[in-house]
Amino acid sequence: MYMMLSVILFIIGAVGVMARRNTIILFMCIELMLNAVNLLLVAFSRLHEDSSGQVFVFFIMAVAAAEVAVGLAILSMIYRNVKNIDTDHLGNLKN
Amino acid sequence: MIKLVTLVPLFPLAGFLLNGFFGKKMSKGLSGAIASIAVLASFIVSLGIFIELNGSEAKEHVVNVMSWISAGALQVPFQFLVDPLSSWFLLIITGIGFLIHVYSTGYMHDDEGFQRFFTYLNLFVFFMLLLVLGNNFLITFVGWEGVGLCSYLLIGFWYKNTAYNNAARKAFVMNRIGDLGFLLGILLIFVNYGSITYTEVFPNAGAADSSTVTAIAILLFIGAMGKSAQLPLYTWLPDAMAGPTPVSALIHAATMVTAGIFMVVRSNVFYSISHTASEFVAIVGVITALFAATIGLFQNDIKKILAYSTVSQLGLMFLGLGVGAFSSSVFHVTTHAFFKALLFLGAGSVIHAMGGEQDIRRMGGLSNKIKITYLTMLIGTIAISGVFPFSGFFSKDEILAHAYEHNKVLWMLGMITSMLTAFYMFRLLWVTFFGSFRGTHHQAEHLHESPASMTIPLMVLAALSVIGGVLGLPEFWGTHNWMQEWLEPIIRRPHGSALSHETEWMLMGIALSGALAVIYITYMVYRKNNVLPEANEANLKGWQKVVYNKYYVDEIYDAIIRKPLDAISTALHKFVDLQIVDGIVNGVGTSVKSIGGLVRMLQTGNIGFYIMGMAIGLIAIIIITFNL
Amino acid sequence: MLGYTITQWLFGILAFMAIMFGLMVVFSRNPVNSVLYLVLTFFCIAGHYLLLNAQFLAVVHIAVYAGAIMVLFLFVIMLMNLNQDSEPQRTMISKVIAGVIGGLLLLVVVGALRGSEQLAITRYGHSEIGLVRNLGRVLFDEYLFPFEIVSVLLLAALVGAIMIGKKEDRPLAESNQE
Repeated sequence: MYMMLSVILFIIGAVGVMARRNTIILFMCIELMLNAVNLLLVAFSRLHEDSSGQVFVFFIMAVAAAEVAVGLAILSMIYRNVKNIDTDHLGNLKN
Repeated sequence: MIKLVTLVPLFPLAGFLLNGFFGKKMSKGLSGAIASIAVLASFIVSLGIFIELNGSEAKEHVVNVMSWISAGALQVPFQFLVDPLSSWFLLIITGIGFLIHVYSTGYMHDDEGFQRFFTYLNLFVFFMLLLVLGNNFLITFVGWEGVGLCSYLLIGFWYKNTAYNNAARKAFVMNRIGDLGFLLGILLIFVNYGSITYTEVFPNAGAADSSTVTAIAILLFIGAMGKSAQLPLYTWLPDAMAGPTPVSALIHAATMVTAGIFMVVRSNVFYSISHTASEFVAIVGVITALFAATIGLFQNDIKKILAYSTVSQLGLMFLGLGVGAFSSSVFHVTTHAFFKALLFLGAGSVIHAMGGEQDIRRMGGLSNKIKITYLTMLIGTIAISGVFPFSGFFSKDEILAHAYEHNKVLWMLGMITSMLTAFYMFRLLWVTFFGSFRGTHHQAEHLHESPASMTIPLMVLAALSVIGGVLGLPEFWGTHNWMQEWLEPIIRRPHGSALSHETEWMLMGIALSGALAVIYITYMVYRKNNVLPEANEANLKGWQKVVYNKYYVDEIYDAIIRKPLDAISTALHKFVDLQIVDGIVNGVGTSVKSIGGLVRMLQTGNIGFYIMGMAIGLIAIIIITFNL
Repeated sequence: MLGYTITQWLFGILAFMAIMFGLMVVFSRNPVNSVLYLVLTFFCIAGHYLLLNAQFLAVVHIAVYAGAIMVLFLFVIMLMNLNQDSEPQRTMISKVIAGVIGGLLLLVVVGALRGSEQLAITRYGHSEIGLVRNLGRVLFDEYLFPFEIVSVLLLAALVGAIMIGKKEDRPLAESNQE
């Protein structure tokens, strides 16, 4: 059951990344996907009666926090320069 | 001192490094002094080695410097071989090298590339010493290539002149052809003897079958042909006169061109075994000698005359090698180094006095203006012409006597060559130093004797040219032929003269009277009657024209080698290169580019799109993995 | 009730809420609303953690995600003044494609996980692995080194974020002038 739940949450996150253009919302969808994975890890940890899964979740949280901090810093930086955080406008690297 | 042999090449190397790295910051005097002192130090050590070797019983000393190449069957230690031959060459190289260094400090004084010049010169001496000292073919080869490089650098020393650069390149390419032969010879030696160390190969030289030895000997001789400017690879040497005159003296007369002689003497055992190779060497030598001597007859450039005379004298040396007179050839190398360096340096002094003029038709009457130069050049000319008792007489006579013993035709041709030599050398002398001055007014005012740094080496060399003959007085005079005894340990074929004393006296008489007769003729023609070389080359008739144009050898090479090569290259370029190679390369390029252009369309820069792609890929992977 | 235990009821309700809020995150037009829905999703997930006897993790989850990360999101959104539905929408077709791909992915994954349903958690309420004591023992024993590395990572992220977010007007101004 937990497996199904986390798969569904994960796919909601994926669809969000695909369908939205706002970079902040993209970030939130990524968080959602990460949490889906976290949930699965905790479930397995419970299933196998092993704390390692929960420890992994800790690490994922830490990494996610770092990622969000850096990502949002970059984002605010971009916003300051181009006044826009629309993914369609951020294709400048291409040219 | 023998243990210190490493120092000999080390001094010039240090001089090279000092001048090379810090030359720009040094004054000219300091730079020249460093270079000269480096070579002088080498000379002193060489002298010590020579004296010690003279006193010691063992004549072969192997000095291990370091291990070098160790790859399976190929063991090439970095060893120096000190024996009579190498120690003698050490003396020639460092001794004459030192004199020429000193001379250069005067000659090159106003040149902006002064420090660069001494850098090259020291590097050259270093490589030459390496060539001579090495105990295996590979070290010799390194030195061999190194002197080729230095020769290239020095011929093209005035690199702003395109013709000089072309001459440098020509010398390099011609040498390369010879080097290929040398290299193949070395490889063949390694294949057959399993070693390329002299002290291991030569004692067992007879182990291989005679045809192999012949092949080795001829390949090595091809290498010598390139370096020592023998037919058909000689054309670079006259062109090499583009370099500064001291370079011509050091490299293209006294030392580098004798590397070929050295190498053949070093591997004399092969030539002793292989009769065919010896004959080949002798024939090539004598033809070159005669050929170059005739070209020399009608040249008007003072350095070109000397250059052809060098080619001719080298031919004589090879004749000596071919008839088995190895020590005579080394003797001639020595005396030739004395008088040819003297002549070149004298010519340099003349050119210096004339403000860069090299054409003897525009000189004349210089004998009382630049007396020291005149006198020393006179000595050199007499020596090279083979007049008793100057050094050239003895060495040339020795070679000719051996040639006579071997084959009368060879002797005949050698004799003619030596008479021609006397002819063009005295023609040069009379035309340059006598008669009326034919230069411009400006040059006449500018005429001056060269500074002491230039005249002192001239005088030293003149003295050596006079007395050099005592090194090899003929045996039938009841004296010791010191040179022959000295080189005895390394020559693996005993050769006593089988000629009767009467014959030898006769040969000597013929040589001397021939030389004197020729000198008299030139005196009559060029001194008494003041005949001048034709001022306009276009007026030359018939065979004179052919000879003046050096038998059109350059043109012939051009026509039979360069042109076809050009044509083949052009054809290959057009079809193979442009069509096939370029086609493949460009095809790969354009296809990658067009595919890239297609794939580029996918790079929208849109994250959502990428993630869609990722999701689709994920779906595919899951489907495949779980066999849905 | 209907043959389900209280835990199962709780699971069902929490799962439903998590999915609904997750969908709202994706579909709400206003970023601020999205953030708030995401916070609610996280609370639901924390509830799941409690159900799985991961009490400590649940607390940490709320503190880190709902308390710190989401506040950061909100803060940035406010800072950028994106508090409006000014976001240009994607074309309908791309949304449909996204939905289709998502649905396909779901289908495929569910298909792949077929038969794994018997892995259901059987023993509720007896585990002690989620307690701080046990977690701490594992974390500082087996995972001490990764733990230290994570601290370095966080430090680096901290410094990096400051460096990136710093107002570096000089180089930018210069590069713009060029």
